[in-house]
Amino acid sequence: MGLLSKKDQKLILDPLADDNPITIQVLGICSALAITAQLKASIVMAVSVIFVLGIGNVVISLMRNIIPSKIRIIVQLVVVATLVIIVDQVLKAYAYTLSKELSVFVGLIITNCIIMGRFEAFALGNGPWRSFLDGIGNALGYGVILIIVGFFRELFGSGTLLGFKVLGDPIEKTGLYATGYENNGFMLLSPMALIVVGLIIWVQRSRNKALIEEN
Amino acid sequence: MANTDGNGYTIGFATVMVFVVGGILAALATGLKPAIKENERFEKQQSILYAMGVHENGDDTGSVNFIATDKVEEAYTNYIKESFVFQNGKVLEGEDAFKIDMKKQSKTPKSERKLPLFVGERDGKKFYVIPMYGKGLWDAIWGYVALDDKLIVQGAIFDHKGETPGLGANIKERYFMDDFLGEQIMNGNKYAGITVAKGNNDPKNETKDDNEVDALAGATITGDGVTAMFKSTLKSYIPHIQNLK
Repeated sequence: MGLLSKKDQKLILDPLADDNPITIQVLGICSALAITAQLKASIVMAVSVIFVLGIGNVVISLMRNIIPSKIRIIVQLVVVATLVIIVDQVLKAYAYTLSKELSVFVGLIITNCIIMGRFEAFALGNGPWRSFLDGIGNALGYGVILIIVGFFRELFGSGTLLGFKVLGDPIEKTGLYATGYENNGFMLLSPMALIVVGLIIWVQRSRNKALIEEN
Repeated sequence: MANTDGNGYTIGFATVMVFVVGGILAALATGLKPAIKENERFEKQQSILYAMGVHENGDDTGSVNFIATDKVEEAYTNYIKESFVFQNGKVLEGEDAFKIDMKKQSKTPKSERKLPLFVGERDGKKFYVIPMYGKGLWDAIWGYVALDDKLIVQGAIFDHKGETPGLGANIKERYFMDDFLGEQIMNGNKYAGITVAKGNNDPKNETKDDNEVDALAGATITGDGVTAMFKSTLKSYIPHIQNLK
């Protein structure tokens, strides 16, 4: 990546692994639990957050010297809400079907703590270009976990991936279901998302001992 | 750089921000309103037609394929022959059924509620398309159901505002909506509605006279919402449909 300096590369790559917003900083858990029952919803949410966090971080970074510190959280909230509503309205007018797919996610994006967290922790203290990279990096890190969780929940919960019946038909008893396999309905419920995220955290920390906090 | 911690600056900043953001959003909303309204009108026409079987699904069983937006206007005038608005057991004259907002109607007392009904005809068969509106787990759910002369469901389409993706949101998937096809809403001579039932031992939905369809895993409250919406809405329409046929 000749385009980016070493420091800039770290901004993108760190959140993907050792500084992941979900598994290390434990931010954005609410949406990770809520919408990962399907792989498709996970992907849509990941793409939306990449977009909003990338642009939002730049906007906040440009405004960082004029934002009064007493009301900075409100200002951040206003910026992200405005961005999301603009996108939603434009899609409603020119890409109605797409906007219907996304409508449920609008509220979830605005309240995503990763977005507020990155505004507060990074964009308020850094220039626009670095903030943009940080936003994209963190959103990617979030998206990767979302997609992993969505993959396992849809596969074991519904026996499908992106709606395709990869394990056979549970009603007609074909494919894997012919051997007596059943879908695990519990995978569709939120507690299982928490457990899957927990397993990812476990795997990650056992591979990299430096991540384990001392008590 | 000015002192950004002062009270005056903070209040000034907040005021300017409110005006700027409010201005941007208001301008955008006004500018896009005609296009959005048009889209919503097409969607309503598409849904009504979908319920009575005018769609582009073909043999594909996976996804909902509405009739294309550029054709829907013409198709709507071709297929929908009549529309009525009922209120308190009588036909209300001079009302446009298409313009009735079901959300508003759901909040009015039963005796004042306006009930729109669309009567369509396809291949010489009559369809009574009924709009429904109810509550899911998080927010509103709504839909259209088409009945024939014998009060058998000929098609149903559901939609929702904010049900959980992957769970309650699946009420708008084909595999859920198609279960309603051919289902009876009467049990003998008694009105029964259709219940979204868990564990009805009929996942393929082969029994069409049990007044039940198979529920969605992990979406109990949304399913109950569909049941309630179905039962209460259709009940008030049955006498009118029996009068019309």
